Amino acid sequence: MLIRKPSMIPSSEITPKEVYGNRRKFMAAAAATAGLAALTGERLVHPAVEVAAATKLPTVKSPLSTAGLTPTAYKDITTYNNFYEFGTDKGDPSRNAGHLQTYPWNVKVEGLVAKPQTFSIDELVKLRPQEERVYRFRCVEAWSMVIPWVGYSLSALIQQCQPLSSARYVQFLTLDDPRQMPEMSQVNINWPYSEGLRMDEAMHPLTLLTFGLYGETLPNQDGAPVRIVVPWKYGFKSAKSIVKIRFVAKQPPTTWNEMASNEYGFYSNVNPDVDHPRWSQKTERAIGAPIWKQRQPTLPFNGYGDQVASLYAGMDLKKNY
Amino acid sequence: MPNRWLPWFKAVAHLACLGPLAWLGWRMYRSATSDPSALGPDPTETVTFFTGFGALRLLVISLAITPIRRLLPKLSWLVRFRRLLGLYAFAWACLHLLTYLWLYAAWSWPAIEDDLARRPYIWAGLTAWALMVPLALTSTAWSIRTLGGKRWNWLHRLVYVSAIAGVLHYWWIVKAGVLAPLQITILLAVLLALRPILSWWKRREGTRTAAAAA
Repeated sequence: MLIRKPSMIPSSEITPKEVYGNRRKFMAAAAATAGLAALTGERLVHPAVEVAAATKLPTVKSPLSTAGLTPTAYKDITTYNNFYEFGTDKGDPSRNAGHLQTYPWNVKVEGLVAKPQTFSIDELVKLRPQEERVYRFRCVEAWSMVIPWVGYSLSALIQQCQPLSSARYVQFLTLDDPRQMPEMSQVNINWPYSEGLRMDEAMHPLTLLTFGLYGETLPNQDGAPVRIVVPWKYGFKSAKSIVKIRFVAKQPPTTWNEMASNEYGFYSNVNPDVDHPRWSQKTERAIGAPIWKQRQPTLPFNGYGDQVASLYAGMDLKKNY
Repeated sequence: MPNRWLPWFKAVAHLACLGPLAWLGWRMYRSATSDPSALGPDPTETVTFFTGFGALRLLVISLAITPIRRLLPKLSWLVRFRRLLGLYAFAWACLHLLTYLWLYAAWSWPAIEDDLARRPYIWAGLTAWALMVPLALTSTAWSIRTLGGKRWNWLHRLVYVSAIAGVLHYWWIVKAGVLAPLQITILLAVLLALRPILSWWKRREGTRTAAAAA
């Protein structure tokens, strides 16, 4: 049997969005009786087609979602990406990430934890009900979006794994596979991509273990099949396409901090009062806005100060940028 | 090249330098009227990169003419396009500066001062632009006559410094580890290195011919 890769499927054969939308309405009805099996059913039947067509993720409302924001267009969220494993141009990830095999996918939880274990993506998706969380997203490059993420608080997974009291930090590692990510060699970065949080940051309910956006599974360029989203920190803290979660005693090495520690601190909380050495962080450019309306002020902690400022009580945030 | 082709070649050169700007203008017009996404997801970044990289590219192309003429004397007529390319590079650089003043500094002097006080890449960019000002002003035949060829040539060597400052400006704005400016850097390095190499070679050839004649 010839198994066709996504690139070999002519676009004329890909089901138009309206059509599979209808199919989903049917599937949603089926899901009411068939339960969660239907949630990942489409993936199992057509794993190869999956890359082109995201699967619906039924969500529940969340009080942790940011109210009163208009989400950035789906097209912008999925074609303007920093995912250097797929190239450094903003358009590269959406062009190059199509071949990333996101199913099957496993996430290994290891380190200072009572129950080291490997979760399949199916197990992770089902661990908690999926919530819609609209968050502001602020890149360190001074642009911003509003993204309706889908996921649940990372704390749910952490509690499941029972970290030891000696675990003070959590490290996240992105897939490191040059065969699927051939553009990795274009940049002078020591792969795999590594990010980390202090345990209390990781346990904060806003920190989202993320599986989707706009009610569907994540497109590959946005970090499929599972990523972290930390809305009060610059975007690079939110590691994508995670394969390993490691509980550690000491602050883990993180990619951009190792590349240029004077520019990218371990904390990297959004802070209009601490400029990037090369550009101001006082304002940001709203993605998708008209050119004369793009500039807007940047908020401390990206607008989440009420919820997270207490995590940093007594800390000098100019030193711990 | 027969002289009668020159006007056509010039027309092509003007089109090549103005065409992309017309396209950018058209996209700006459409983004303001019918299609808000005409300038892409980040219009400020689109216009900034388009004008900045465009200026640098034209500057580097203009620097290619002298080495090409020395390597291939048959193409000597290319010198007639050097001023045109240099002036267009300056025009694109002016638009790039305008983009900065409008979309980044918002015409606010304190914001510009803040950038100047703290950001080397702003200085590099400003230097690259400022060095082109005297060159654009002295681009007329009258200036060459008044200054004298030798002095004019010396003055116009500032273009090397301008191009180097432009490339530095590019490196300083991209993230560490990003190699996007590498291509144009190598191109510029080759074009600059060819100059002393070619004049050394020419001098050697010159002495040889003189020796052979004697």
